[in-house]
Amino acid sequence: MKQLLVFIRKEFFHVFRDKRTLLIMFGLPVVQIVLFGFALTSEVKNITLTVIDQARDVNATQIINKIKSSSYFIVDESAVNYDEVTTAFKKGTAKCALIFPTGFGNDLQHAGQAQVQILTDGSDPNMAKTVVNYLTAILTAYQQEISPGTQLPYRIIPEQRMLYNEEGNGSLNFIPGVMALVLMLVCTALTSVAVVREKELGTMEILLVSPFKPLLVLLAKAVPYLVLSLANFTLILLLAVFVLDVDVKGSILLLFLVSTLFIIACLSIGLMISNTTNSQQTALLLSMMGMMIPTLIFTGFMFPLENMPWIFQWISYVVPSRWYFLIIKAVMLKGLGFSYIWKETLVLLGMTVVALAVALKNFKIRLS
Amino acid sequence: MKVLRFILKKEFRQIFRDKTILAMMLVMPTVQLIILPLAMNFDVKNVNVAVVDNDHSTLSQQLINKVGASGYFRIITASPSFHEALGYIEREQADVVLEIPPGFERNLVREGAQHVGVSIDAINGTKAALGGSYLLNVIADYNQHIRLNERGKYVPGKGVNIDITYSNWYNPLAEYRFYVVPAVMVLLLTLIAGFLSALNIVREKEMGTIEQINVTPIKKWQFILGKLIPFWVVGLVVFTLALMVARVVYGIWPVGSFALLYLFAAVYLVAMLGFGLLVSTYTDNQLQAMFVAFFFVMIFMLMSGLFTAVDSMPRWAQGIAALTPVTHFVKVVRMIVLKGSGFADVQKELLYLVVFAIVLNSWAIWNYRKTS
Amino acid sequence: MSDKVIICEALTKQFGDFVAVNHISFDVGKGEIFGFLGANGAGKTTAMRILCGLSYPSSGKATVAGFDVYKQQESIKKNIGYMSQKFSLYENLTVLENIEFFGGVYGLSSAEIRRRSDRLVNKLGLTQEAKKLVGALPLGWKQKLAFSVAIFHDPQIVFLDEPTGGVDPITRRQFWDMIYEAAAAGITVFVTTHYMDEAEYCNRITVMVDGKVEALDTPGHLKAKFGVGSMDEVFYQLARGAKRSAD
Repeated sequence: MKQLLVFIRKEFFHVFRDKRTLLIMFGLPVVQIVLFGFALTSEVKNITLTVIDQARDVNATQIINKIKSSSYFIVDESAVNYDEVTTAFKKGTAKCALIFPTGFGNDLQHAGQAQVQILTDGSDPNMAKTVVNYLTAILTAYQQEISPGTQLPYRIIPEQRMLYNEEGNGSLNFIPGVMALVLMLVCTALTSVAVVREKELGTMEILLVSPFKPLLVLLAKAVPYLVLSLANFTLILLLAVFVLDVDVKGSILLLFLVSTLFIIACLSIGLMISNTTNSQQTALLLSMMGMMIPTLIFTGFMFPLENMPWIFQWISYVVPSRWYFLIIKAVMLKGLGFSYIWKETLVLLGMTVVALAVALKNFKIRLS
Repeated sequence: MKVLRFILKKEFRQIFRDKTILAMMLVMPTVQLIILPLAMNFDVKNVNVAVVDNDHSTLSQQLINKVGASGYFRIITASPSFHEALGYIEREQADVVLEIPPGFERNLVREGAQHVGVSIDAINGTKAALGGSYLLNVIADYNQHIRLNERGKYVPGKGVNIDITYSNWYNPLAEYRFYVVPAVMVLLLTLIAGFLSALNIVREKEMGTIEQINVTPIKKWQFILGKLIPFWVVGLVVFTLALMVARVVYGIWPVGSFALLYLFAAVYLVAMLGFGLLVSTYTDNQLQAMFVAFFFVMIFMLMSGLFTAVDSMPRWAQGIAALTPVTHFVKVVRMIVLKGSGFADVQKELLYLVVFAIVLNSWAIWNYRKTS
Repeated sequence: MSDKVIICEALTKQFGDFVAVNHISFDVGKGEIFGFLGANGAGKTTAMRILCGLSYPSSGKATVAGFDVYKQQESIKKNIGYMSQKFSLYENLTVLENIEFFGGVYGLSSAEIRRRSDRLVNKLGLTQEAKKLVGALPLGWKQKLAFSVAIFHDPQIVFLDEPTGGVDPITRRQFWDMIYEAAAAGITVFVTTHYMDEAEYCNRITVMVDGKVEALDTPGHLKAKFGVGSMDEVFYQLARGAKRSAD
């Protein structure tokens, strides 16, 4: 036990001596969380809509005014014909267009039937679909408004309740997601160089001839990073609450406990990488370049997991941040207790054990 | 020039010697491009609904059937109480709870109006908005339906109808692969150029070999160019591989000019490599270099419109987006590959990228010190 | 002493409050083997880095091969060779590839490089290993190779920073044979070392203590002056008053 403490102290000295790395480690995740917390949103808004009004009548004008008063669109009426729209689409200056044909209002009033055309730039399908949805909603509402006999004999009136997010904060989903993503990548990278660095610098030999047990060596390597990462997590959490206005609904203690477990899991994976590679370069490329995109995708905050082919859903099961994302969403945003997250917690625990075992096994092989 | 040739020879040899790194540079991006777009689908296909029917009447049953048959929803459970239904949302098994109050049918017939409760898990904004609006549409439609039933006939001439036709250009079915494949291509190129070059000089620092270089009469630009060119070539090879994968796996083949596309890729690579080299001149070891590169690449990745629309971000964030080379490159790649935009359409973006390339590389050369 | 290839006058290097090199002055003549002695942390490496154009001095004057250390570092670099304390050839390149690279960097033609490297590989007895990675060579051979690479382009001066650290006595002997050969060919050798038997091989030596030059003469004169029988004794007498120790 005393041996271990001595060893951990040595590792602490290592970590704290390099002030620059320390600053980077603390600074980067903090800046990222704040930046992404404010900037990322799944909402589509402020879309520039090119309107070509060939009708120029009361009905078309009324509809255009309705569109203008919605918060989704910025109406641009400068284009006058179809060709101009084509050019603007190619240039990327316009992304969607609404065309009222000549005689729109006339047709609507006399024939009870009129046409409009929506054009969207399909190279951004999300935007395209949303635009069609929004415009359809506005047009349908207008149509009901001007229809006589709107008062139906029976009306079912839906009462909508937005659970957990009454204000409709569009970036709420991204905050736990980015937290999981950043913590996972940073923690893994930190320990991924811990062992391989000593191999590269040749100091590994000294460790190998020392009487320390391999498990102790690995533990000692991880402890300073665990402490640092927890400090980092605390900072991130404070920022989320005070800067990004996230309401922590559940137990803070529980949040810290599961986060500690998650950090340990990531550090263990880093150790596993460190013990199975031969150079810092390889270790870093694996833990950052190799894991960055898969982590982004399989955490599930950006792309819905249930849409993926089953094989990817299976892959996502081995990504720790996927489980952690579920956990912090449940505890932080929904205010649920341990009984709701015990399964996810168990998975993280299992991953930690496996990663540590693999790390230890490879470490031992090098001993012989 | 002759000196540069020797430097290049050495750099290429080192790249090809390390098989792990080589594999990482070529295989990893290819594999990621093959599989990842399959996983990147923003579509909200199934909104899971937990139904609480407190009425158990014909009309409530009809409404539930209507919701289930609409194609958007999957009714996962019929719970006896709202409390129990909420449990499904808490465990992420349901997205929406539809609650039909007791006396639904009776009140509807007597008073002509009746409320139903729609509670949406609003943490996931997209799903909440879409799920909510789908459900409202279905209910509105059902209103129409019971009106028809009651009156027996529709009164023509009184209602008006706006017939909406829409077409999605360049991607008629609004499929996500057209959106994400170019994004992943750009992303992979960014990772390779940014990370590998960032690690390279700093590695020589750590190994002490940079000292031996600094004591030779190598010019600074020769050294930087010697580091840049090999990765530039690798980058273009990866880009070519990526184009082939896009064609074979996803059936996406650039509509526009190849020459233009490669011109952009070439300039973009120079810019990103300059970025990596700049990072490595400012850092002391590989861990630091990786962290700094990681920091910027994350910002590039999440704020440059690869997966989320830049237009929807706050003004200041759009400003940051404009200051990252990735924003311009991904925009252009989508334009050329999907829309077939020509040189005139993208010349402004080219100018941006050239400026990035010049600034980043000059900065890197300036900051690389042979004498401290 | 007509041809002075290194001239140092009151050369000083300060890092904050710490004066690493404190007003040192000396000259080195052409073809001389100049030993630079001192305990760890005495400032040897710092002084050498200034002379090689790797570091700016804080004050004082110095010229190397006739070029100023403040302004003409790049011209200095064309005329010197350098072998650092830490082995710094590329371990993931072969012997021949390393030679080719460094030869090329100094502007030798490919034909010239091929001619010289054949001769060099033969001389070092590395014919078998020429196509092996440098990282796989034993330390002694690495050091001999590093020295050969440092003088491959026929520099006027070669700077050697503790070239024989960790090397066995036989290899050290061979290494010094190579140094003599280079000096005979007219290359000035500026060498730091901890081995006092090696100091005896030098034409002249300086001993640095706490950033200052405390002695400068031939080994014979120094021994006579301190009235001792070996350089070991000379060094001990000079260095025991040192305040700094370790790097």
